Amino acid sequence: MRFLLRRMGFYLFTAWAAITLNFFIPRLLPGDPVQSLINKYHGRLSTDAIDSLRVLFGLNTHTTVWQDYLTYWGNLLHGDFGISFTYFPTPVAEVMVQSLPWTLMLVGISTILGFVLGTLAGVGLGWRRGTWLDSLLPVANFFSAIPYFWLGLIAIAIFGVALPIFPASGGYDGGLLPSFSLEFIGSAIYHAALPALTIVLSSVAGWILGMRNMMVTVSSEDYVTVAQAKGLPERRVMFGYAARNAVLPSISGFALSLGFIVGGTLVTEMVFSYPGIGYVLFQAIGSKDYPLMQGVFLIITLSVLVANMVADFAYAFLDPRTRQEA
Amino acid sequence: MTLTTEVGRSAVSASHRQPVLSIRNLSVDYGYDNNAVHALHDVSLTLHAGEVLGLAGESGCGKSTLAYAATRLLPPPGVVTGGEVLFTSSRDGHGGDLLTMTDAQLRAQRWKDTAIVFQGSMNSLNPVYTIGRQLMDGITAHSPRGFREQARVRALELLEMVGIPKDRLGSYPHQLSGGMRQRVMIAMALALEPEVVIMDEPTTALDVVMQRQIVEQIMSLKNELGFSVIFITHDVSLLLELADRIAIMYAGKIVEDASADEVYRMPRHPYTAGLLHSFPPLHGPRRELGGIPGFPPDLMKLPTGCNFHPRCAHAFEACSVIEPPLGPTSFESAEPFRSVACLLHDPTVNPGPVPVELSVRPLLVRPPSKETV
Repeated sequence: MRFLLRRMGFYLFTAWAAITLNFFIPRLLPGDPVQSLINKYHGRLSTDAIDSLRVLFGLNTHTTVWQDYLTYWGNLLHGDFGISFTYFPTPVAEVMVQSLPWTLMLVGISTILGFVLGTLAGVGLGWRRGTWLDSLLPVANFFSAIPYFWLGLIAIAIFGVALPIFPASGGYDGGLLPSFSLEFIGSAIYHAALPALTIVLSSVAGWILGMRNMMVTVSSEDYVTVAQAKGLPERRVMFGYAARNAVLPSISGFALSLGFIVGGTLVTEMVFSYPGIGYVLFQAIGSKDYPLMQGVFLIITLSVLVANMVADFAYAFLDPRTRQEA
Repeated sequence: MTLTTEVGRSAVSASHRQPVLSIRNLSVDYGYDNNAVHALHDVSLTLHAGEVLGLAGESGCGKSTLAYAATRLLPPPGVVTGGEVLFTSSRDGHGGDLLTMTDAQLRAQRWKDTAIVFQGSMNSLNPVYTIGRQLMDGITAHSPRGFREQARVRALELLEMVGIPKDRLGSYPHQLSGGMRQRVMIAMALALEPEVVIMDEPTTALDVVMQRQIVEQIMSLKNELGFSVIFITHDVSLLLELADRIAIMYAGKIVEDASADEVYRMPRHPYTAGLLHSFPPLHGPRRELGGIPGFPPDLMKLPTGCNFHPRCAHAFEACSVIEPPLGPTSFESAEPFRSVACLLHDPTVNPGPVPVELSVRPLLVRPPSKETV
């Protein structure tokens, strides 16, 4: 229990540091948001409009950085991230609430699927090393070496254009309104198939290789031989003794990849024009939408932290040796 | 610890002649092609009921390979190329050839009939399971369903038997000392009261005090439960003390097989004599220590004839040509239960007498019929 509290404390501190950095970094950049709005409308804004924008963004009052910092925290705790320029005048929080579920669903499910499939395949390949199954390894190597956006482009070229089985872009059929109807969910799954396939294919190979190599290493450990000598059923030796220990290094890698679900799929979402948070970030960067960028970065940072925390706790749960009080 | 007297021990080995595990002509290669290393060559060895059989030899002579091959646990690229390993229960006579059993038969037989304590207690326990769980899973795998509670009781009993507090059942291996882990391994091996326990250097990783305690514990458990032991070690002096019979291995072959007392007082093979001269005796007159010149041979390119002849002080011409079989000594009538693989003891080849140091006469010449009286 003390272990968990200590880790919690550590993560709270890290979160505070990340949020504070998130406050200061944009303020170190030159220019201000009104200037970028003026640029966006190519100077066709009246001086009245510019003045009211200054008031709207709170740039007319002269406050200290410290006051700003406190206000920033207050707004954050109320879920107020400011107003997006790109989707003006939608609040940033609303933009993120709309795009986050798409990313979480698509990338979350395909990342987990990739990990589970890859790890199971790795267990099998490692356990039966030296058989014909080893000839699958070069294939896995090939897929792990391919950048996933390139794989995505190929997938679009084949399944979206040459054989139009799957839609090449978008998150759902344009003629539908987002709702929890069966038709809409079906359409969403249909649209997610290609990007999901791309993510699973490109991530599964890495998990297979890592797990297979660990299985080979662990299989020659004495405790696996002891388990065999005890006459335990083969499945129990394979999963309870070999795989149970071999999976430990993969767990931390998996947690990190969970953290990158939110931010790391920018390219996939760009390639497939998928309405997720990566695509929003791409738009925000394109239009110098600082509030939106700040909001997205904060979400990415926090999700990496949460994923790390989950990994820590999962590790402590799976490996008794890390539970020791240091 | 007082072991049985030396004369008594040889009597035990002679009177209990019921074999529980007999290894016949076992050969093992590492590798599959023509470059394969012949790690074991035609090894035959018999373990009798209630006996402690010591297996000694230098590193790399095939001791552990023998243990793994005989239990079919040999990791690849090890291949058993011939021979059989017959288990015969001394309780109800069941058994069979371990090398030809189906996987299901083998799994059922393992741990129930033959258990193993491995070299290096540090890695023999799964680091992510409690020792209780590991003690119990071996028991439940060989028991009817719903045996969990009995398995727990048995696990507690086993821990107590090897002198570990019962509340350690929930401990993880990293929370135990090396000696405790080795005790857990011994307790685990005895969980199903096997008839044969193979111990592969069970005390190698421990300090001498712990080594002594573990060995004493093994011997008292053996007397209590009556299992037979194959004790593998490179520590000949330890074997002289605890084994009933000792087999000496050299380069994948057994070169001498005799009672512990006979090996100590009357070695018949020049290699055995060399081993005995490489450590100081605790009792008796001082003598000069000698080593064995040279190095163990490379198993990839074994010498022709007798494997030991390039290092042997008594080698003569025939030694580099004829491969000596494991056969009776030149004092066969006086010592019928021992064998040696040395041409010096073959009157058809050796023109001269057996060298003095290898021909110490038996002190007590007693035919086997007398011993059983």
